[in-house]
Amino acid sequence: MSENTNTNSVNSFQKKRNKDEMKKQLISFALMIGFTIIAFTLVATKAMDKMFIIPVILLLAIIQVAFQFYYFMHMKDKDHEFPSMMIYGGVWAAVLTVATLLTIAWW
Amino acid sequence: MSHDHSLSPEVMPQEPEKATLEGKNKFFGLWFFLGGETVLFASFFGTYLALRNSTAGGPTSTDLFGLELVFIMTMLLLTSSLTSVYAMYHMKNNDFKKMQLWLAITAFLGMGFLGCEIYEFAHYIHEFGFTFRSSAFGSAFYTLVGFHGGHVVFGLSWLIALMVRNAKRGLNLYNAPKYYTFSLYWHFIDVVWVFIFTVVYLMGKVG
Repeated sequence: MSENTNTNSVNSFQKKRNKDEMKKQLISFALMIGFTIIAFTLVATKAMDKMFIIPVILLLAIIQVAFQFYYFMHMKDKDHEFPSMMIYGGVWAAVLTVATLLTIAWW
Repeated sequence: MSHDHSLSPEVMPQEPEKATLEGKNKFFGLWFFLGGETVLFASFFGTYLALRNSTAGGPTSTDLFGLELVFIMTMLLLTSSLTSVYAMYHMKNNDFKKMQLWLAITAFLGMGFLGCEIYEFAHYIHEFGFTFRSSAFGSAFYTLVGFHGGHVVFGLSWLIALMVRNAKRGLNLYNAPKYYTFSLYWHFIDVVWVFIFTVVYLMGKVG
C-alpha cells in the first residue's frame, strides 16, 4: 500500500521518550507481580487473621489495578479526562451495585 | 475513506492511534464500553459475594480451589498484559514486525490461560460434580469466572483477526487505532482477573 507509513523513522527524541515510558511500565509490572506474590503468600501461609487478611488482599488488588490503569492503559497521560470519567463513573456504579446486592443478601 | 489518513509516508505521528478522527472516536468508544463493563462485572461480583456461601450441601470454595493453578493463570495473564504493552511500544516506534511478534506472544499466553481455565472447570465437574446447576454458589461462580473466560476468548479472536488481516498491510493510521483499542481491552481483562483471583479464589480459600 502506498500510504503505508511503515518506514521505521521515528525521531530520536520520541524514541527516547518511548523508552523512558517503557521503563516505567516495566517497573509497574515488577510491582504488580510483587503485589500478586504477597497476596498469594499471605493466603497460602495463613500469616494473618481472617479479619485482617481480606482487607489487605483487597487493598493490594486495588493498588495493582491502579498501576494497570494509570501506567499500562496510560490514564496518567494527557487527554485522558474522558477515560478517567468513564472508569471512575463505572467504579462508582460498581460500588453501589456490590453494596446493594450484599445488603439485600446479608442484612 | 481510510486511505487518506496517512499524513506523510516518511514520518509516523507520535500517537498513531489518535492521529485521525476515526482513531479518536475508537479510543473514546472503547473507554465508554469499559465503563459499562465495569458495571457489568460489578453485578456479577455482587451476586457472587451474596451467594458464595449458598452451597446447598455441595462443595464449598475451600474444598474446590487450588491456589497453585490460580497462581499460574495469574502469572500468564499478567505477563500477557506486559507483552501487549511491549507491542504498543513497538507500534509507537513504528516497528510493525516487532509489534506483531509481541502480539503473537500475547496470544500464546492468553491461550495458555484459557487452557488452564478449561482444565480447572473440567476438574471441578468431574472430580467434585460441581456444575452450574449444583448450587447458587455454582451458578454465581461459573457466571462470573466463565464470563471473564468468555472475554478472553473474544479478545483472542479479536487479536488473531487483527494480526492476520493486517499481516501484509503493515502499520498505518487506519489500523493503528484498531491495535491500540485491542490492547486497552486486553489490559481490562487483566484488571477483572485481578479482582477475580482476589475476591473469588483468595477470599474463597480464606473462608
